[in-house]
Amino acid sequence: MARLNSVSDLDALRKDILSRRDPKKTKVSVCSGTGCRAYDSEKVIESLKSGLNTHGLNDKVDLVTTGCHGFCELGPVMVIYPEGIAYFKIKPDDVDEIITGTLSQGKVVDRLLYVDQEGNVQVKEHDIPFYKHQNRVVFGNNQLIDPENIDDYLALDGYQALATCLGSMSPEEVLETVKKANLRGRGGGGFPAGQKWEATRNAPGDVKYVIVNADEGDPGAYMDRSILEGNPHSVLEGMLIGAYAIGCQKGFIYIRQEYPLAVEHLDRAIEQMRELGLLGDNILGTGFDFEISVHRGAGAFVSGESSALMSSIEGKVGEPRPKYIRTSISGVHGCPSDLNNVETWANVPVIINKGVDWFTAIGTEGSKGTKIFSLVGKVNNTGLVEVPMGMKLHDIIFKIGGGIRDGKKFKAVQTGGPSGGVIPENMLDLPVDFDALDKVGSMMGSGGMIVMDEETCMVDVAKYFLEFLADESCGKCVPCREGITQMLHILKMICAGEGQPGDLELLEEVAAMTKECSLCALGQSAPNPVLSSLRYFQAEYEAHVNDKCCPAHVCKDLITYHIDPAKCKGCGKCLRNCAVGAISGTKKEPHIIDLDKCTKCDTCFMVCPPKFSAVTKLSGKESIA
Amino acid sequence: MSQVNVTINGEQIQAEKGLTILEAARGAGIYIPTLCHHEQLESYGSCRLCVVEIGAGERKKIVASCLYHISEGLVVETETEKINGFRRTILNLLMHRWDNIPAALLEKYAAKSNDRFIDNMTYCILCGLCVRYCHEVKGANVLGFIGRGTIRQVVIFPNQSAKHCATSCPDGMECLNFCPTGVISSQYYGKRPADGQTLPHAHPICINEDINILEVLERVGYV
Ligand SMILES: Cc1cc2nc3c(=O)[nH]c(=O)nc-3n(C[C@H](O)[C@H](O)[C@H](O)COP(=O)(O)O)c2cc1C
Ligand code: SF4
Ligand code: SF4
Ligand code: SF4
Ligand code: SF4
Ligand code: FES
Ligand code: FES
Repeated sequence: MARLNSVSDLDALRKDILSRRDPKKTKVSVCSGTGCRAYDSEKVIESLKSGLNTHGLNDKVDLVTTGCHGFCELGPVMVIYPEGIAYFKIKPDDVDEIITGTLSQGKVVDRLLYVDQEGNVQVKEHDIPFYKHQNRVVFGNNQLIDPENIDDYLALDGYQALATCLGSMSPEEVLETVKKANLRGRGGGGFPAGQKWEATRNAPGDVKYVIVNADEGDPGAYMDRSILEGNPHSVLEGMLIGAYAIGCQKGFIYIRQEYPLAVEHLDRAIEQMRELGLLGDNILGTGFDFEISVHRGAGAFVSGESSALMSSIEGKVGEPRPKYIRTSISGVHGCPSDLNNVETWANVPVIINKGVDWFTAIGTEGSKGTKIFSLVGKVNNTGLVEVPMGMKLHDIIFKIGGGIRDGKKFKAVQTGGPSGGVIPENMLDLPVDFDALDKVGSMMGSGGMIVMDEETCMVDVAKYFLEFLADESCGKCVPCREGITQMLHILKMICAGEGQPGDLELLEEVAAMTKECSLCALGQSAPNPVLSSLRYFQAEYEAHVNDKCCPAHVCKDLITYHIDPAKCKGCGKCLRNCAVGAISGTKKEPHIIDLDKCTKCDTCFMVCPPKFSAVTKLSGKESIA
Repeated sequence: MSQVNVTINGEQIQAEKGLTILEAARGAGIYIPTLCHHEQLESYGSCRLCVVEIGAGERKKIVASCLYHISEGLVVETETEKINGFRRTILNLLMHRWDNIPAALLEKYAAKSNDRFIDNMTYCILCGLCVRYCHEVKGANVLGFIGRGTIRQVVIFPNQSAKHCATSCPDGMECLNFCPTGVISSQYYGKRPADGQTLPHAHPICINEDINILEVLERVGYV
């Protein structure tokens, strides 16, 4: 590829690429992201390649292997353009029918279409509720782009925003634009990016850095991975624009080791940029110089914290350090350093290309644009969803997520990752908005969203998150290390039926101290799961402590298994499946569980045929009665 | 050096710009408790006993005084009910790692152990004073931390020890004097140190609690 020496060189290249592309031509987009690869999408792609070959369709059909489309649970996922036909759970064996049917004769393969819980079938991707209610400003191009082919990015206005900035805007104008757009950090705190850029720009020093935070330590979250895997150039372009506005020549990408595909695509993208002269000296002939180095993190949750991340880039232990001087003033090697999240950077080219007014028209007063969430848990549709800020939690969970699985009732949703908080049903009208979520004791965080149904015990949930945080605390400061340890210990006792009066007050005391006194944001936010569940589900805690009852029938030590003689038809299924022989009974007579032998493995509850549902779990007073 | 005006507990104080709140307070004879601070070493911010409240009204905020630098007009409170409550909770928690915390400190903040907390009596509060002394003052890096969270502990790196201890500290282990709990000079890391006693040639160890420190030091040729 020839080096681009000017903005017009870039324009010419883009024109050339577009001239060789026919928008009406059939395009098959197959996901090859990490999620779909786990379902063998590679094999599907291989069969497609050879199938197109043998059917002589290579000239008529473009095959694009893309990054994540978001609906990973139904992978491998395929979309056929221009019609937008969407196929799911494709097996290599299905490929032949797709080629001979859909691609050759326009016939839809019914069994690969999306079917919702009510049995409604959708042919087109944009009619599927999971996609229909999204607004995929940042994520939408994923399915149109082969991440290893920079031409695909260029064809979709890639590096146009950079060219605009370098060619016709001063750094101050770029900064003003991002400030006016009120782009807030997507990685956790929601700090205004423009303000951080400005602080870094104004900080004294000749050497300054921009950094991409791709550590993504939040378990269950994978939006940053999916952006980097699927559209790495969007992040790189954002980073270059930021560097230009701030006035730096050097950037770091801190990415977790466990993301091999993202690293591979990133490395490839950087190589391509270098070939085109989009990295290095005198980029697009505008005198702007920039270099990037990719840093692989060991993958501890705390290394995503800004000061720990910067220590790690310096080659030191990735431990948070005292930070009353902001990293925008003194970061990597004491130089002013601007750190932003992957998704934050990916928003930057969008803002430049579409303009401040367009961007700020999306969202709420204080939170502009969109946010990508990782929607998981007990919802029918799980995956990555990008929604306008301000969308109600209810709409995300019920419209996009399709409601709760198996017809169960909604109980709570945890937003903000392990150190976020739970939000109860009567607050489902809450809009996703940085400030609104903060106010109710949770947070936006990086966009984790775990939906819980009525069979979830909130004490158990708090315990689960604290277990994670206890493992991930770096152990440096007392409030976090000792505070989490003891809160976890108390929660364990409560779940084990050893709760005592005063435990809840003690939890609150320790939580308040840990929140206020911890050194870094991990400790400062670690009490959130405890405090929010105490706030909204206090009765459930009290039931555990006072009545030794787990109302959701989750805490093993507080429940017993019984067979309802009125419902049991003596089919014997439970008896045959009980591993410890705790069930006895003769055929066609009600069976009985010997509580002394029962290990509470839940097997009988699971295997008893739904038409009988004779096995019940009892807790607290229920079991005495 | 320029001076700035700060108010600590209602008292107007002039102090050198660039000092931490802790240094300014101590200079003015105002007590703030600390467990991980030493004037010879860089502030570390791990014990959080030194927290104070700064600012006024809505904008009050809690900061570690050993790290926060003073500026003109700063208003500091060192002994509010809230702060002392936090210190009490911190000490209550620490008592389950270190059950012979100096009585004066416990009494001042009415701290007491709580049988709802689980014991993890390592006698090391991970203040890092020993590690930092060895690193910052001696440049020897014989001591370090391993592990995260509750399993974090101080270790001695035997190879480093063989190389540095005898030359860096020829008159005895200087790091010993820095350990607030005395555990560093007990024979086994993680064992209760005898009150007021130090072993002449002991050293902090060790990944494995069962290793006898004296044996390791013998092996590396220290004693
Ligand atoms: C324990 C901890 C873990 C964090 N992990 C991440 C992470 O994985 N990715 C991320 O972008 N930000 C993470 N953050 C937030 C960063 O410290 C920082 O605020 C963010 O990267 C700034 O970028 P933004 O303003 O664009 O969001 C973490 C913070 C804490 C306290
Ligand atoms: S708050 Fe937790 S993670 Fe942060 S420095 Fe303290 S111990 Fe480490
Ligand atoms: S819960 Fe498990 S151990 Fe107990 S009776 Fe049922 S199958 Fe047997
Ligand atoms: S599986 Fe259900 S219905 Fe069948 S014997 Fe057991 S309890 Fe009775
Ligand atoms: S051994 Fe002593 S000085 Fe060293 S970290 Fe532990 S308590 Fe602090
Ligand atoms: S990885 Fe294929 S849809 Fe997410
Ligand atoms: S003395 Fe300030 S945190 Fe320990």
